[in-house]
Amino acid sequence: MGDYLSGLWEVLQKYDALGAFWVNIQLTFWAGLLALALGTVLAVMRISPIASLRLAGAAYVNVVRNTPLTIIMASMVLVITFQLGLKLSPNLNESGFRFAVVGLAIYHAAFFCEAIRSGVNTVPLGQAEAARAIGLPFADSARLIILPQAFRGAVAPLGSTLIALMKNSTVAAAASVATETASVMKVAIELSPDYLYAIFAAFAIGWLILVIPVGLLTTWLSQRLAVKR
Amino acid sequence: MSTSVLFDAPGPRARALMTVLNVVAAVAVLALVTWVAYLLHLKGQWSWTLWGPVFGPEFWQFYVMPGLTNTLRSAAFATVGAVAFGVLFGMGRLAANPLLRGFCGAVVEFFRAMPVLLLMIFLNLFLAKLMPGSPERLFLAVVLALVLYNGSVIAELVRSGVHNLPKGQGEAGLAVGLTPEQTLRAVQLPQALVAMLPALLSQLVVVLKDSALGQIIGYAELLRSARIFASANNDPLQALVVVAILFIVINWLLTVLANRLARGLSSRTSAPVKVTPERVAAGVGNAGG
Repeated sequence: MGDYLSGLWEVLQKYDALGAFWVNIQLTFWAGLLALALGTVLAVMRISPIASLRLAGAAYVNVVRNTPLTIIMASMVLVITFQLGLKLSPNLNESGFRFAVVGLAIYHAAFFCEAIRSGVNTVPLGQAEAARAIGLPFADSARLIILPQAFRGAVAPLGSTLIALMKNSTVAAAASVATETASVMKVAIELSPDYLYAIFAAFAIGWLILVIPVGLLTTWLSQRLAVKR
Repeated sequence: MSTSVLFDAPGPRARALMTVLNVVAAVAVLALVTWVAYLLHLKGQWSWTLWGPVFGPEFWQFYVMPGLTNTLRSAAFATVGAVAFGVLFGMGRLAANPLLRGFCGAVVEFFRAMPVLLLMIFLNLFLAKLMPGSPERLFLAVVLALVLYNGSVIAELVRSGVHNLPKGQGEAGLAVGLTPEQTLRAVQLPQALVAMLPALLSQLVVVLKDSALGQIIGYAELLRSARIFASANNDPLQALVVVAILFIVINWLLTVLANRLARGLSSRTSAPVKVTPERVAAGVGNAGG
């Protein structure tokens, strides 16, 4: 048993399992920032009173939401990098990582947009009417009445989108980022087949440690911040 | 804009301003699209030597059709399996026995926290050890991974569906002398299942999208056959655009169906019918790969 565990430990160190999780965290962080920015712009477009912006935002969301992430990630390599010859860095690995971030951001921006929009939709019409009735102009009613409630309502869907983004960062494998967990686990199992179950268990536990706290935190936050109606 | 809480009904000045902004925004969006199209033109991506093959019979007969068949086959098997898994474990989570409840809860939470791709890669290597040389190994790995993940999501749908029923439904069952198990089976579950049908359909979109992950382990689904075709013709952009459009159309039809079903089913159950119930959306959302 002790031999087995130390053998497993050696395998995990040899393939840098911890480093693989760090790659997933980095992918999630940068893609999350980018997707949140793009998603906010899209959400503003979709709730604006300007019909052409609404149409463009809706078109983006409906197209991207129904496209498999794998296709987007694969096209980052096959189409953008090789067919069109674009690079985000002279270093091919670095460029691949950045394109993976871009691909993840393009896909999840649609979901961040919908999360923000659903937050705005939780605010009852009466709140806006009350704000206008006491004479608040547009900017004040948005700043003081509607957006604070909308933000609270958006915490839960934003959290679930973040969790989905974390898990989906493994799909960077399709954009030839070979240092993330799914690819590293594959190589580790293929080269040390004796440790098949133990290696999977180790990676699974890593993912539980990564995902469950975020889930608990967003649930706690969304309940704490929920507007009682 | 009357559907938004943010904006009051516009007056004449605001309407004039909105018309101007509307035109400006439309021009800006069109300019962006034209600019991308022009960049593609500079790279020679509109040439018929690249687009011709993806409209040719060879691509559709020998690549799209077999690939799409495999995609739909894995999605269909995965859906049936996921529903069975979900109903079973959803009922398990509602069971009176704390041991059974805890076990089902742990299984569901575990598979919901796992990336589907990680699961798929493990199952593929696991099945390779279990049944070396089997031709159905890749198919099974894809289907099993999709069943375990989506089944866990559906188990949550079942549980939240039962929780969202009015309390009177369960109380009525108990009042006429049914045991808690009978109440669950005969009164609550049928209504919960009807209420979750639209959510189930939109979960089908996730299954279909995630089935494309199969190409990473080498399953001959639509994306993979398109890649093989494109590597021979040097037109991955064109081939992937066609594949993406196929996925978008199928998924869009499923979404439309889900929304229509949600409207039609409200009279058949006392539970609120939603395409994504909040309790479940808070856990997973619809963003599966």
